Amino acid sequence: MHELIKALQAPDRGFPAFNSGDTIKVYIRVVEGDKERTQMFQGVVIRQRKGGNEKNFTVRRIASHNIGVERTFLLRSPRIEKIEVVRKAKVRRAQLYYLRDLRGKAARLKERR
Amino acid sequence: MKGIIGKKVGMTQVFDAKGNAVPVTVIQAGPCYVTQVRTADKDGYQAIQLGFGETKPQRLTRGQLGHLKRNSLPAVKYLREFRVQGDAGVAEGETIKADVFAQGERVDVIGVSKGRGFAGTIKRHHFHRQPKTHGQSDRERAPGSVGGTTNPGRTFKGQRMAGRMGNDRVTAQNLEVIVVDAEKNLLAVRGSVPGANGGIVVVKPTTRGRR
Repeated sequence: MHELIKALQAPDRGFPAFNSGDTIKVYIRVVEGDKERTQMFQGVVIRQRKGGNEKNFTVRRIASHNIGVERTFLLRSPRIEKIEVVRKAKVRRAQLYYLRDLRGKAARLKERR
Repeated sequence: MKGIIGKKVGMTQVFDAKGNAVPVTVIQAGPCYVTQVRTADKDGYQAIQLGFGETKPQRLTRGQLGHLKRNSLPAVKYLREFRVQGDAGVAEGETIKADVFAQGERVDVIGVSKGRGFAGTIKRHHFHRQPKTHGQSDRERAPGSVGGTTNPGRTFKGQRMAGRMGNDRVTAQNLEVIVVDAEKNLLAVRGSVPGANGGIVVVKPTTRGRR
């Protein structure tokens, strides 16, 4: 990588490592008007894309009335305050798009210990 | 006078104060040397000539070296002129760095676009593809009709056809300056800039009205 591009990379803030299938909590800074607060988003990581400065991941959670909600976060975004890994799971692929078609008990993942 | 010569390094993304990701093109801008000031009396027009890209003296001709030696400047590979109105505000021999531009300013970036070779009408003029089916064969990317029949009996001039594409001088207008670091000779502008990485680009204040 060119040194000038390196100079513009956002720092790696050392969040705990996680993989596809893991259930994580993402704490996001939200600005409403002139007030700032922290919001939590918990769900299953269904994919990770790119790497380094541009790394991003998508978290899927089931909201009320069984509606699936997916949010994609940039790992190095200053808006992310903290990430916690709640549960690790055993999965056999990197992109878990098949979870979108599954409901309830079928959408469970086996825990990895 | 405002302007600088640089080299396109590549693209990346940075986060702004609000935490938004901003796509930027990184330019290694300067240092540039003022190699000549052209005046109305002597040259018939007003401009300043900048030099960029230090190189070994033996890579230049004696004539080029002599031109730079007048102001005892190092050997530079690229010379570009910038038209100025009234007082240029710089003298021959001065150094220009990336801090001629400030963060938030709007600039135009001029570069040479990537060459595409002999390109068809779909790539070159955004023509539509023809049907893949319905009895068609070998006509998918063909340009279609290029004119009439006996009347007018010829194809009009300017009809868009296949041909050489790219390798043209292209200006990207009204780009926002996101990062300026004169120490590192770094300039980053929002969005893309014409040409391949490593290409020479010229950065000027924009000719577009400010938003």
